[in-house]
Amino acid sequence: MIVATIIAFLGALTAPWLHRLLGQAAGWVLALLPLSLTVYFASLLPAVMAGQTLRQGVAWVPSLEVNFSFYLDGLSLLFALLISGIGTFIVIYSGGYLKGHPELGRFYLVILLFMASMLGLVLADNIVTLFVMWELTSLTSYLLIGFNHGEFRSRRAATQALLVTAGGGLALLAGLILLAGMGGSWEISELLGQGEVLRGHALYLPALILVLLGAFTKSAQFPFHFWLPNAMEAPTPVSAYLHSATMVKAGVYLLARLQPALGGSEVWNAALMTFGLATLLTGATLTFRHTDLKRLLAYSTVAALGALVFAIGMVPLTDYYAAMGFATFLLAHSLYKGGLFMAAGAVDHETGSRDITRLAGLFRVMPLTGVAVVLAALSLAGLPPVLGFIGKEVLYVAALQAAPVWMVGLALLGFAVGATLALLLVVPFFHGQPPQGVHEGPPSLWLGPMVLAGLGLLVGLFPGLYNPLAEAVASAVKGQVVAYQLKLWPGFNLALLLSLLTVLLGAGLYFLYPRLQAWMAQEPLPGPESAYVALLRGLMRAAVGVERLLQSGSLRAYLVWTFAGVVVLVGLALLRGGQVFRLEVASSPAPAQALLLVLMLLGAVLALRLRSHLAMVVVLGAVGAGVALVFLLQNAPDLAITQFLVETLTAILVALVLLQIRNIGPVPRGRWLDKAVALGFGGMVTLLMLGMLAEPFEPHLSQFFAQKSLPEGFGRNIVNVILVDFRGLDTFGEITVVGLAGLGVWALLLNRRASRRRPWSQEKGRKQEEQL
Amino acid sequence: MSTLILKTTSRFLFTLLLLLSVFLLLRGHNEPGGGFIGALVAVGAYALYALAHGLAAARKLLPLPPLRLVGWGLLLALLSGLPALLQAEPFMTGQWFSVLGVKVGTPVIFDLGVYLTVFGALLSAIFGLEESSAQEGF
Repeated sequence: MIVATIIAFLGALTAPWLHRLLGQAAGWVLALLPLSLTVYFASLLPAVMAGQTLRQGVAWVPSLEVNFSFYLDGLSLLFALLISGIGTFIVIYSGGYLKGHPELGRFYLVILLFMASMLGLVLADNIVTLFVMWELTSLTSYLLIGFNHGEFRSRRAATQALLVTAGGGLALLAGLILLAGMGGSWEISELLGQGEVLRGHALYLPALILVLLGAFTKSAQFPFHFWLPNAMEAPTPVSAYLHSATMVKAGVYLLARLQPALGGSEVWNAALMTFGLATLLTGATLTFRHTDLKRLLAYSTVAALGALVFAIGMVPLTDYYAAMGFATFLLAHSLYKGGLFMAAGAVDHETGSRDITRLAGLFRVMPLTGVAVVLAALSLAGLPPVLGFIGKEVLYVAALQAAPVWMVGLALLGFAVGATLALLLVVPFFHGQPPQGVHEGPPSLWLGPMVLAGLGLLVGLFPGLYNPLAEAVASAVKGQVVAYQLKLWPGFNLALLLSLLTVLLGAGLYFLYPRLQAWMAQEPLPGPESAYVALLRGLMRAAVGVERLLQSGSLRAYLVWTFAGVVVLVGLALLRGGQVFRLEVASSPAPAQALLLVLMLLGAVLALRLRSHLAMVVVLGAVGAGVALVFLLQNAPDLAITQFLVETLTAILVALVLLQIRNIGPVPRGRWLDKAVALGFGGMVTLLMLGMLAEPFEPHLSQFFAQKSLPEGFGRNIVNVILVDFRGLDTFGEITVVGLAGLGVWALLLNRRASRRRPWSQEKGRKQEEQL
Repeated sequence: MSTLILKTTSRFLFTLLLLLSVFLLLRGHNEPGGGFIGALVAVGAYALYALAHGLAAARKLLPLPPLRLVGWGLLLALLSGLPALLQAEPFMTGQWFSVLGVKVGTPVIFDLGVYLTVFGALLSAIFGLEESSAQEGF
């Protein structure tokens, strides 16, 4: 497992290179990576279906109990298969969909990196590993939503998705750390057995809330659902892969994974069922606002994610129906939604439109895509003989056992909209005249939808094929062994009646759709997204306020803030610590030193009297040179050379900067604030030195370096050996800072030059901000 | 600023200062000197040359743009820490070997990285500021 994940990451890195090498065939070749992963995971099926779990791990940061450890049971295996299996078709599909795109290589790289991170996420056993992978999926999702980074809408949607999911990720991190502390282990597999301890712990509620925040933001649960439909700005392969089949299910995965540990309390059941149902209904209702294929599918994804969370909430309340329903519906949804998205992309690619009110008669020109859409839509509507039907049936049975009647009714309403959407998707294929010049896309575009929809049919007809894995998944979610036989035809019962009602209601809503759509699309609805926008605007405004205060643009104001800040902070520390100060006067100072000191004092006084900035720089440079000479007299040649050079270069740099400042004029007189700050700073540094003199000299380190420098560092210059050998890592950090500072100066100057050329750029930037 | 005296002397001074800079870099391990100091001398040399002969002439005397030198310097410093890993010692443990009777060690390579980074960063700032002043018409 570890090797497989590492291969996935490494394979992703070769993608841009392979793309350059192979051109258009790259998609098919790159698909070999997810394909071989699929085969590998499939080879683990027999063991897992027999009830085994696999664990592997290597130490990562042993002192912190952070391990690169992986855990495989039914739940993680189903996810791993979905990720690698659907990933195979997505990579092939991308090659056709984005054919000729100049940045296709980058696309392959990021989407494969996403796949590797997602695999790591579902296989991780260690909490830290899980979290790192979790955040990696958020980051790669950000890059993929913003793939068309030239478009403002893409960038906006990408930022929104990142802020929501990564914000939730922070809450999740806190929650997971709490859990680890409560359960006494960083391995999830060990926490699973600690359910009683965790639920009885005083911190159970805060930990639960934090984990739920993480899972709900990631899986687009109400009230965080708004980012998902906006994420449809991404290219279609991304929508099909990340935002329907895999990444958005990460939150669902986490909830299902932790169900045995956290589930069973009343809060858990109530929270998951309430928010799941609310999400289901939100997704279903908002479907009616849109006519764009991808947006419709996105809202239906929101609804399905709600249904999955609802199912997890019911798991503790039923013996096995909810867990089995979860396992079945999860697979069904990934298959049909992935297929539908890819088919929608194919239609868009061939006809240039995604508006269902404009598409017509497509079946005659795109028969293969049509077949796939019909099969997937059957699953979406929950009609036999496909897997979606079975999944919904089992969920209904579970809901009848575990949920109050009103909840069942609302869930029925939500599922009915699925049937409506299925009709909306299928009708354009059969109704009306086909557009001119449209034809079936290349195999890369219809292969994926075909296989995924076909699988839905196959498993629907022969549910026994999936049964052992479904049982393994359900056992993992339930936390105990589940045995249940999935059937296509369970006989006449209440659930079947509900299914029938769902379809009828869905069909009824279909006929109302044009009127409902016209009515609902009129006004922009106030929703949680307005809260997000308000929050972001408030943040911007606060940032602008702070910036006006601290970064006024006046260099002198910066210096006043910096120096006054240092004086206050260091001064307080000095005074509070009961520091002793000692002034030692040498009985007979060397005449050379005395002369130097007098000269330096003269220079300092002169600097105060001068009115030309440049002259000041020169005089201060001379004072600095005096300091260097003092070092030299004290037998510190290294320090003296450095001081000389730094003084010289500072004088050059400051002189150059002064030349940049227009209308600088002579130094004005009587700046009392500046004088106070300067005096305070000088006084504080003097006190600091006096305080240091009062401390006893600790010769330990000096002796160590003096002794070890030659035998271990092979150098007689202790200063240099310390810099490049003993404390080499510190030096490396320091030169990195120097390098970055150089880069910063360069960027600042470049920016200055650019803004001089485009005086309105700041204004434009502000306008873009407001569009947020 | 470009007087004849400055122009003529700066040619000699430039060469001498660069020599001194390399000298300081190489002897740094045993006598006062080292990468940081050496780099500062070299920056001084280039700054002087640019003052006397103009920016374009000074840039021509550079093998790479200053910021590239920063990148190479950091890379070199980082790489110098790796041989220790091959010996299963902690990152950046100094490794010494002798080439034709001269002792060479990874800390020397590290110091070269320091030299290049400091040189590139400072020179980039100075050149950038001078260029900017020149465009302003000062």
